[in-house]
Amino acid sequence: MSAPTTTPPATGGAPARPPATARGAAPTRRRRGRGRTAALSVLALVVALAWVFPVYWMWSSSLLPNSRLQSFTPTFFPTGGSLENYQAVLGRGNFVQALTMSLTITLLSVVVCLLFAFLAALAISRYRFRGRTSFVLAVLIIQMLPAEGLFIAQYKLMQGIGGLESVWGTSILYVAAVVPFTVWMLRGFVSAIPADLEEAAMVDGLSRPRAFFRITFPLLAPGLVASGVYAFLQCWNEFTIALVILQREENRTLPLWLRSFVQASVTREIDWGQVMAASSLVAVPVIVFFLLVQNRMTSGLVSGAVKG
Amino acid sequence: MATAPAPAPRAAAPGAAAPPAGPVTPVRPRRRRALLPYLLLAPAIGILLLGTGYPVLWQLLTSLRTYGVAQQFGQPAPFVGLANYAAIVADADLWGVIVRSVVFCIVTALVTVALGLGLALLMRAVWNWARVTLQVALLLAWAMPVIAAMTVWIWLFDRRRGVVNWLLETAGLEQFHRFDWLSQPLTFFAVASVIVVWMSVPFVALSVYAGLTQVSTEVLEASAIDGASPRQRLRYIILPMIRPVIMIVLLLQLVWDLRVFTQVRMLQDAGSATSAFDLLGTAIYKLGTGTSNFGTAAALSVFILALTLVMSAYYVRALLKEDQE
Repeated sequence: MSAPTTTPPATGGAPARPPATARGAAPTRRRRGRGRTAALSVLALVVALAWVFPVYWMWSSSLLPNSRLQSFTPTFFPTGGSLENYQAVLGRGNFVQALTMSLTITLLSVVVCLLFAFLAALAISRYRFRGRTSFVLAVLIIQMLPAEGLFIAQYKLMQGIGGLESVWGTSILYVAAVVPFTVWMLRGFVSAIPADLEEAAMVDGLSRPRAFFRITFPLLAPGLVASGVYAFLQCWNEFTIALVILQREENRTLPLWLRSFVQASVTREIDWGQVMAASSLVAVPVIVFFLLVQNRMTSGLVSGAVKG
Repeated sequence: MATAPAPAPRAAAPGAAAPPAGPVTPVRPRRRRALLPYLLLAPAIGILLLGTGYPVLWQLLTSLRTYGVAQQFGQPAPFVGLANYAAIVADADLWGVIVRSVVFCIVTALVTVALGLGLALLMRAVWNWARVTLQVALLLAWAMPVIAAMTVWIWLFDRRRGVVNWLLETAGLEQFHRFDWLSQPLTFFAVASVIVVWMSVPFVALSVYAGLTQVSTEVLEASAIDGASPRQRLRYIILPMIRPVIMIVLLLQLVWDLRVFTQVRMLQDAGSATSAFDLLGTAIYKLGTGTSNFGTAAALSVFILALTLVMSAYYVRALLKEDQE
């Protein structure tokens, strides 16, 4: 609102112009605007193509036999491609092992993380108590701590309590890494639900826990889903902690498996077709999952973290 | 809404301490309620103390000790005060790593935010179908797991059969025939920067675009009638209104780019892992796992932690202010 009130003095000489020109110029200006929009739309399309190219290239290369990838002229359209690379990758067996490991660690971490974060979010958005601000501050600061500054200590910790090479050891570190942001996200959702609703139900004779589970909990479901998805993606893609804690081959998670797959082929000529098939196997489920839930997630991220 | 239930417990606390004025029975539930928030917090605090608190403390203490051959045979490591920090300050190689990391972080973060802002503005200016196409492309890139993305990029920059070299050569730049991008630090970090920018721009562009949708079109139309050029509208109306989003996104990028590890590590797998190709993350990794020089590694970690905290202080303050509203 401030713009219209402040601009008239600035454009003191203009008032004579608008009545005469605005009406006459409107069509041409609109036409010129359309040309500009068309040009910018084409630019947006070019940017989109450039941005998506690596993803396309991964998929396209994964369908081609090595003989065609060896050619010095790249094949841009994989006509006559096959799923041979995928068969070869899946036939190695240790893919399934890594997939199982990834699923187990991720699911365990997400469930525990959601439970802990939910309780904590409830505490900080429903109650005022001594130490509340310190906790919120700690949550914010821990979010900023770089994992790369901590992993030696985390290795030593797991060595001390026997958590190396284990699902639970890795999960403890994953939950600790993801809980702060999940608390922060859920806090936004919890405080968006008026406590009056619950109190009204209590006046109607429900106990506090029952009022909570009947009234507030269902309303929180979208928030739990959004933060659960966030936690899932973080754990599924995590690399550094897994690299340090899970060093034995049979304990690899998918990111570690993919890296070792590339490394293994470094010694000989890299089989890029298989490597790209392996990358697709790791990426495609995540991409599909992400596209399905991203709307809910970005709105959750915006309301939880960015929007002030 | 968060404030509605808030004053009640706070007002109740002094009441509980003072001689009970009202009926006696409510006192017990009140006291139990005062304990409840702590019980709710206990699991989260517990796991944070174990998974983050202990490692930070260990890191701080270890950075004051020295580790040598004797320690590998079980001798306790002696405290040496700030000697490890002094060693970092005196080590020209590590200074190189620190300076390189900071420069890499600033350049990459600025490019990311500038591009993200540009794409967000572009999304506003184009037809619907073009905007949706661009958004889907960005989301696809955003959703790629880091390891998969790195693998593809290494293939794109492959010396002999990578598409990048082929495109440059086809465009007539003969010097890119079998050009090895990962062989010299400058091109190595340029590639790393391109990849990090590619991965981070989607988040920035979509966040800024979300911020742009909050800018009222009436104000923009009014200013257009008053004769403001598109450039003036951008500078005096749009940018000031989305400033908070840009600031937060920039800070997040700075913090994230300072600790970039996976990308550099994977590029080192494909190229060279000598210290000229290290940033802070990989340098600590090598110190900690390779030479077992935990003292220096821990001191360097504490250095990153401190640097990150200094950079994020502004962000933390902004978020804390929001929480208290």
